[in-house]
Amino acid sequence: MKLALRELVRKPGRFVTATVILTLIAVLLMFLGGLLDGLLRLSTGAIRAQSGDAIVYSESSQSSFLRSRIEPADRAAIESADGVDDVGGLGVVLLGARVPGNGPRDLANVAVWGYELPPDGVPEPPAPGEAYADELLRADGVELGQELLIGPARTPITVVGWVTDTAYNGSGGLWADLDTWRQVLSENRPDAVLADGVVQALVVSGPGDPADVVAAVDAANDGTYALTVDDAIAAIPGVEEQSGTFNQILGVTVVIALVVIALFFALLTVERTALYGVLKAIGARSRTIFGGLVVQATAVTLVASVIAGVLVVALDLLIPPGSIPLYVSVGRIVLSVVLLLIAAVIGSAFSLRRVLRVDPASALGN
Amino acid sequence: MSQPALQMSDVRKVYSMADNEVVALDHATLTVGSDEIIALVGPSGSGKTTLCSIAGGILSATEGSVVVGGEEIGDYGDKELTTFRQNKVGFVFQSVNLVPFLNARENLLVVDELGRREGKPARDRADRLLDELGLADRAKNLPSQLSGGQKQRVAIGRALMNEPELVLFDEPTSALDTELGQQVMELIRSEMKSRGTAAIVVTHDERITSYCDRTVHITDGVLDAG
Repeated sequence: MKLALRELVRKPGRFVTATVILTLIAVLLMFLGGLLDGLLRLSTGAIRAQSGDAIVYSESSQSSFLRSRIEPADRAAIESADGVDDVGGLGVVLLGARVPGNGPRDLANVAVWGYELPPDGVPEPPAPGEAYADELLRADGVELGQELLIGPARTPITVVGWVTDTAYNGSGGLWADLDTWRQVLSENRPDAVLADGVVQALVVSGPGDPADVVAAVDAANDGTYALTVDDAIAAIPGVEEQSGTFNQILGVTVVIALVVIALFFALLTVERTALYGVLKAIGARSRTIFGGLVVQATAVTLVASVIAGVLVVALDLLIPPGSIPLYVSVGRIVLSVVLLLIAAVIGSAFSLRRVLRVDPASALGN
Repeated sequence: MSQPALQMSDVRKVYSMADNEVVALDHATLTVGSDEIIALVGPSGSGKTTLCSIAGGILSATEGSVVVGGEEIGDYGDKELTTFRQNKVGFVFQSVNLVPFLNARENLLVVDELGRREGKPARDRADRLLDELGLADRAKNLPSQLSGGQKQRVAIGRALMNEPELVLFDEPTSALDTELGQQVMELIRSEMKSRGTAAIVVTHDERITSYCDRTVHITDGVLDAG
């Protein structure tokens, strides 16, 4: 191992090519992962923030808030069910908002939510006509205390606080009480008007785990069905497709890293056959030589990953907020590094057979 | 009388190649005393390297007994032979073959790193050897910064690092000019004799046999004490 590390330190030029290629691959992996995280945050933040165990939709809604209608009778049945503690109404409408100081056609995309049970990080519902705005809307010029004019009917809502990571479908959340949401909905989407007491969905919490709460809700009422919050996130249109597509690209990127490492260290092993023969002749075991290869592959990958991590963080700082949905997190960088390190170990393992086949007798007579 | 460094009795080495068998070493019997230096002389393909490989625990004999420093290695498997090589024999290869990215001192210490892992005693031994070999001021030099003779001396130091019973020199002067070759042979003789270590020097060159106690000829795998 000391031998392998010394070679890295004394002959770094030998590893530059592999390090550069792996750095580019690591940047790609982290950047694509950051894009996926950013897109998912924009699509799912409002649902991820829900503090309840389950979300209840009407039977024919296909898990779409805009299609779902929960009647007061359904709510009463669910509220009285065993295994249910708290029930809160939930509704949303996606509209454009006019922001003071912006041009008349420069609308901010907003998701106006009406809620009763506060999601994580969101205070109790504000007074009628007021809302907490998602930090995302800062990029649209929204400021605290401003009165936004929502939708074609220009329904006024005043921003009274900020919340984070509550975007939905690419739109920044505006969190208001149910009456304000209902008013915005009726004035701007006459096709989707709901009667008093009717909400689009219910957020339900219970004493058991989420699956128990879902079972309790489904058993209590026929006209509705419940999903755990995780399932509700997956049911948002496009989320699974987005995740699946990106994860496949990320998987292919890791495989490319593996192939690069495998090829590079296979070539290095061929180049070092004579040296390995000498080392074996003077007492090196194959596992020592192979261990050195793995150490070198891991070290090169680690260096490439650190450089890539710094580059991706720098890129995140340079890109203007809101221009692309890039979300760089420590978790994503660590996950990328771990995947690349696994690829390094597996990739270098392709040289094991070649190392085992090096004959110490080749050192003599040459 | 101390035990011989090497006792080979009736050793055969046969290689199977397709349908043929090639006899590389044919009933070879050889004893090397505990501080004896022998020259093993023969043409290319005569079996010199095979004999050295078997004596050094790199190859296993097909038949016969091989005892090095009192240790019978004829039945050893790969792992046992590796341990044997770490502790009982030293090698000086034809093209020197120092590790290019290690300096002279580290090239000696690599033997300890791969084998016994003694630490400080090994470091002290490496320094002592470099001093004896006239390389104390070159200890930090990489092989690329050393002359041919200096590299050969480092290789001799490496072969002596594990305090071996037997050192095998594979054509140690073939890459050196006559004068340097003689100097290296003088050094080999004085180092081996001062330590009481046995050596086999494989060579084509009859001129260097004068530095050895005895010459053994080998032709077509057959030894002739001559």
